[in-house]
Amino acid sequence: MSIFMVLVIVMAIATAGYFIGRQRAVSKEGGNVKPHSLPHYHGWWVFLASALPAVLFIAVWAAATGVYLERSAIAELPTRTADTVIASQSLELGMVSGIARGLDRLSDAERANLPQTFAELQPLLASKGVALATEGQDYMIPIAVEWNRNTAWASSVGGIVAIVLALAGAVFGLSGVNVRARARNNVERIILGALIAASGIAILTTIGIILSMLFQTITFFQSVSPSTFFFGTVWDPRFAAAGSGGSQGQFGLVPLLAGTLYIAFVAMLFAVPVGLFAAIYMAEYASRSVRSVVKPLLEVLAGIPTIVYGFFALVTVGPFLRDLSAALSGGYAFIQAQSVLTAGIVMGVMLIPFVSSLSDDIITAVPGSLRDGSLGLGSTKSETIRRVVLPAALPGIVGALLLTASRAIGETMIVVLAAGVAANLNINPFEAMTTITVKIVNQLTGDLEFNSPQTLVAFALGLTLFFITLAMNIFALYIVRKYREQYE
Amino acid sequence: MNLMTERNLEKAVNDKMSAQGNAIKMQGKDVTVHYGDKQALFGVSLDVPEKMVTALIGPSGCGKSTFLRSLNRMNDTIEGCKVGGLLTLDDEDIYNPKIDVVELRARVGMVFQKPNPFPKSIFENVAYGPRIHGLAKNRQQLDEIVEKSLRRASLFEEVKDRLHEAGTGLSGGQQQRLCIARAIAVSPEVILMDEPCSALDPIATAKVEELIDELRENYTIVIVTHSMQQAARVSQRTAMFHLGNLVEVGDTEMMFTSPTEKRTQDYITGRFG
Repeated sequence: MSIFMVLVIVMAIATAGYFIGRQRAVSKEGGNVKPHSLPHYHGWWVFLASALPAVLFIAVWAAATGVYLERSAIAELPTRTADTVIASQSLELGMVSGIARGLDRLSDAERANLPQTFAELQPLLASKGVALATEGQDYMIPIAVEWNRNTAWASSVGGIVAIVLALAGAVFGLSGVNVRARARNNVERIILGALIAASGIAILTTIGIILSMLFQTITFFQSVSPSTFFFGTVWDPRFAAAGSGGSQGQFGLVPLLAGTLYIAFVAMLFAVPVGLFAAIYMAEYASRSVRSVVKPLLEVLAGIPTIVYGFFALVTVGPFLRDLSAALSGGYAFIQAQSVLTAGIVMGVMLIPFVSSLSDDIITAVPGSLRDGSLGLGSTKSETIRRVVLPAALPGIVGALLLTASRAIGETMIVVLAAGVAANLNINPFEAMTTITVKIVNQLTGDLEFNSPQTLVAFALGLTLFFITLAMNIFALYIVRKYREQYE
Repeated sequence: MNLMTERNLEKAVNDKMSAQGNAIKMQGKDVTVHYGDKQALFGVSLDVPEKMVTALIGPSGCGKSTFLRSLNRMNDTIEGCKVGGLLTLDDEDIYNPKIDVVELRARVGMVFQKPNPFPKSIFENVAYGPRIHGLAKNRQQLDEIVEKSLRRASLFEEVKDRLHEAGTGLSGGQQQRLCIARAIAVSPEVILMDEPCSALDPIATAKVEELIDELRENYTIVIVTHSMQQAARVSQRTAMFHLGNLVEVGDTEMMFTSPTEKRTQDYITGRFG
């Protein structure tokens, strides 16, 4: 009995429960007593009482079965020795489960006289469309057979229990249908539970991401010391020399961090004034009809994929700046096509809608009574904005800018195409610099062993980046929250 | 008892004054206001005499606040608002395109329904107007203006030790008096008040009313109020609005004792509104 079939049966029971429950609630109405809940709430309560425990059981059972199957298979594998052919236990286990999957496809007749050696089995399974690694061993076959038997047993027991649970839940729900029964409150409680579970998943995912990066990072720090990583000024991971004796490569974070912050700074330098002025225009000056056209147009910018911005930087802005500098100096192009300036300007364009949209909301949130107060004293519109509205909105705007800056720091595609890959440490914005995100892309797309420091450094970089943006976001939220308290 | 007689005496003096007739400070002739397609005022003609308190009363949505806001062109800030007819300040058309709106608003100050101090210190709130209009040549003059305005708004004694703390930290009544001080600081000729006590408790209301009575000596005041008692207590002239029309205008005493219009009588005695 497959999980899918069980789910269908459980849902059918629950749906039937819904209709019966609703019917029963209707039939119990009509006395002197006012019913507590509407009939459909009784229906939903029966549905949930029936489906929820069964579905949860299926999920837990499936997970537990997986663990149990692996445990029992490992127990049956021969003890590992120095001359075990297969590199790791997990690889061995993978092969066993592969064979088990293949055996599942065989007909009963074929299964009855199963070949005893892997050499014979492999072509048979291959003909069924299951390709197996060539290192398979003969001893794996009985284990795989056992595996399949256990799987079948577990799924039928689990299926039966789930269906029984569904029926029991339906009976329990139906027995509770009563004129004064509080089905409405029960459903409410379950909705609350579901909402909490949804936000819980988001948080757990974040924790999971951090943990997965953390473990790889720890492995990286076993071969490269944290102090040389965080304070090293040379980035030279030595792709070519990887694995070949002695040369370790240098993993200095400083040039990458400097490039990241420098490019983000140039981007903010460009985006903040433009975005802020656009926001002020839209919040304070634009009539409603202009605003309804301009604001969506500006937000189109936010919808452009960043890779397209990267293209724009690479083929248009970069060469333009280079030619411009050549024309200005009379021959020598002092601005390189790939430079901090190019990446910064294009990233700045990308950030304009974020700055303007967030600031617009914040400026609009400043109470109109303050504007009236200032205008009523005979100040002009721009005086009002400069001396009353912006100071009042300042904490919120700072928060918005921090959120934008953390986006700039985490931005990848624009810098991959426009900033260059040279890990220079300089202050000339016309030269190429590189960022943490660019190096993560480089290290992970390289053709390297996964457990070499050259690859693992990407996780250390990623984690560093994560903590930088996390700190900025938390700081921004703190400021925004503080600002909110002022007016509510 | 003594207080009552004093009040009555004052009232009698006021009546005499209004009987003599003060100069007309502001004048509305056939004023109409549209908000988009909706007409809010239908040809209102009303004189505002100098150095008196004129109260505008009437049920909600009758157009009294709209009329008030057209007196210093605060209606301009509302999108789709159109004002027609003639409005004058010292016989000068304030809707003349040549008029500087900013300057007009400095001459005709406004205090709003809800106290709206800026999120700045008490000092900075009062100094705001003088600063933008360049009324003080140096810090000392600015200090003087701030102190004088706060004294006139009967707030100085309460806040003199914390002038540099946030204005938003004051109580509601104090905030409203701070807003009045802020309006006074730019030395306006007319002060418009849009239900200045509606967000205040009775004690704070009493203080603000007392203050309005004192300010009458130097300023022309127009006040919108929902409270009949307030109109009776603080004003010398009362104008009754209903459905965007001016029903009747006259000396407060007369309006509350023997109104000519039935609608006024009904409203004052609480039969509608």
